[in-house]
Amino acid sequence: MSQLEPIMQVTDLKVRFPVKEARWPWQERRWVKAVDGVSFDVYPGETLGIVGESGCGKSTLARAVLRLAPVSGGRALWLGKDLGQMSEQALWQSRHQMQMIFQDPQASLNPRMTVGDIIAEPLHTYHPELSADEVRQRVKEMMQKVGLLPNVINRYPHEFSGGQCQRIGIARALILKPRLVVCDEPVSALDVSIQAQVVNLLKQVQQEMNLALVFIAHDLSVVKHISDRVMVMYLGRVVETGLTDHLYDQPQHPYTRALLSAVPVPDPKKEREKQIELLPGDLPSPIDPPAGCAFHTRCPQATEECSQKRPELQGDEHHQVACLKVTTVTSEPNKEEVTDAETAVLN
Amino acid sequence: MKMMKHSDALEQFAEQLETGTEPEMEGRSLWQDARRRFFRNKAAVLSLITLTAMLLTILLGPWIAPFSYEDIDWDVLMDIETLGSPSLASGHWFGTDQLGRDIFARTLQGGQISLMVGILGALVAVLIGTIYGAVSGYLGGRTDSVMMRVIEILDSVPFMFMVIMLVTVFGRHIILIFIAIGAVSWLSLARIVRGLTMSLKHKEFIEAAKAGGVKTPAIIRRHIVPNVLGIVMVYSSLLVPALILFESFLSFLGLGVQEPQTSWGALIAEGASNMDVTYWQLVYPAAFLVITLFCFNFIGDGLRDALDPKDR
Repeated sequence: MSQLEPIMQVTDLKVRFPVKEARWPWQERRWVKAVDGVSFDVYPGETLGIVGESGCGKSTLARAVLRLAPVSGGRALWLGKDLGQMSEQALWQSRHQMQMIFQDPQASLNPRMTVGDIIAEPLHTYHPELSADEVRQRVKEMMQKVGLLPNVINRYPHEFSGGQCQRIGIARALILKPRLVVCDEPVSALDVSIQAQVVNLLKQVQQEMNLALVFIAHDLSVVKHISDRVMVMYLGRVVETGLTDHLYDQPQHPYTRALLSAVPVPDPKKEREKQIELLPGDLPSPIDPPAGCAFHTRCPQATEECSQKRPELQGDEHHQVACLKVTTVTSEPNKEEVTDAETAVLN
Repeated sequence: MKMMKHSDALEQFAEQLETGTEPEMEGRSLWQDARRRFFRNKAAVLSLITLTAMLLTILLGPWIAPFSYEDIDWDVLMDIETLGSPSLASGHWFGTDQLGRDIFARTLQGGQISLMVGILGALVAVLIGTIYGAVSGYLGGRTDSVMMRVIEILDSVPFMFMVIMLVTVFGRHIILIFIAIGAVSWLSLARIVRGLTMSLKHKEFIEAAKAGGVKTPAIIRRHIVPNVLGIVMVYSSLLVPALILFESFLSFLGLGVQEPQTSWGALIAEGASNMDVTYWQLVYPAAFLVITLFCFNFIGDGLRDALDPKDR
């Protein structure tokens, strides 16, 4: 994988939003640091999973990568070119190959447009030269590909179920044959059985079209099922990243371990014996994140050092951890603790 | 025999389902749903029928009425109180006014002016208000602030004085009334549309359009405007009677249309001053006005019920 050129290189990306509050001109403006220095690469045809609890900046990161959220620092290179430096026109051209799938399938479709018009909209935008018949033909092909009957082309979004709406959203994202699709919690709003269908559909089209996916979710078993590499975020920063198998077999960061211990196992015996590492407290406010390691307020292993020094990501290309308590990262996977059982839900 | 046919049809249908070759199904849009709900509302449908009938009568007025609205019937002029009273025999179905002019013809002509002011005024308000509000709300930031300040400035102009001044300077003319009404009626509509737009613009389908490379004018045209149009329709159907009433008010004060043309407000004003003698001069135009206002309000109610998403 690493011999290929990455299609998207994100370096030290930062997104911050001003806090809306009553303040005097001499008071300093406060900021929410939604994404605070995140770096990653995406290679053609692979899936990068991003996990983390609510409010840790996953969705903002996704939007910032596609320039839908304001970026205040860092760079995102698309095929080697900086998206931040591009002209409007060039950015528009690049969007041709980067698409997005949204969390709420109903809300992401305009209720006043037919399914055909919704799926065709990117085509109309980028290929106005196509005739109406050609567009219709392509829309129908794409509908077939994502498992929708082409004869519902004239229907409206409110006549579909959540899973079908998500298929419509996927069809819209794929119709331009993009190279990268950012999926912002595409299955969080769906039933478990429908989740499996949609995830498998994504896997299938990914293989057919050699898509790169950035897959955001808070469901660890879904992420394990679809991802080649996984990135764990906490309070706008990456705490651990690595190949899916390494990370799931040998979670190094205390936060990752706590997350993984909470995944339900579909085996009553094991489930009963399982120890869940409960984290005390809540996610701290991203307005004034804790000094040092952002996780130290809830970490069972935290010491004095953790509240002073901010850990950087360390390790080899297969597995990196940002924790002062973890010194060596072993990239040899050992099969003992974590079972594969959690993926059985999906299969 | 019949059973056979049924099972054949079923089998065929199943086959079509499987291969996906069945004919394209027509979807039912939210508009169609709303239309169905509207037509289930009896008061609204009745109002719509009445209003259509009224509109036709008013438009065809010059051909129906036996007299012209500006001609004086010299025969009745000597005794308006008896000869000018409403009667089928004399051809003055609604009677005549002090000057012997036919009230029926004048009511229809006044209706033309009143409805024109109401409907055209509302149309202008919808056009300007929707576009202005959508652009202001969608662009946001400094543009929004400037555009809203402009509205506030226009809104703070003392409207009555402006109309009186316009009329004293330029004389009475229907165009002036249009300008005066047009200048203010879109303000509140623009505010409503701006508010709706601001709540819409953070919806995911707008973001999806942006991610899909759709440009700002197209987003406003294709995604914002159709989604605010329901509320705009309700508002404008209630704006029409308000404008008719407003024109009547201006005419009542003597600031309205120029004689011999008339409007319902002017007729009512004339009738009110003579009502102890020729009561019909007041009754008929007032009845027309009231019925029209009722109809518009019922239709507005019906539209609101049909388009209100909370009722779904």
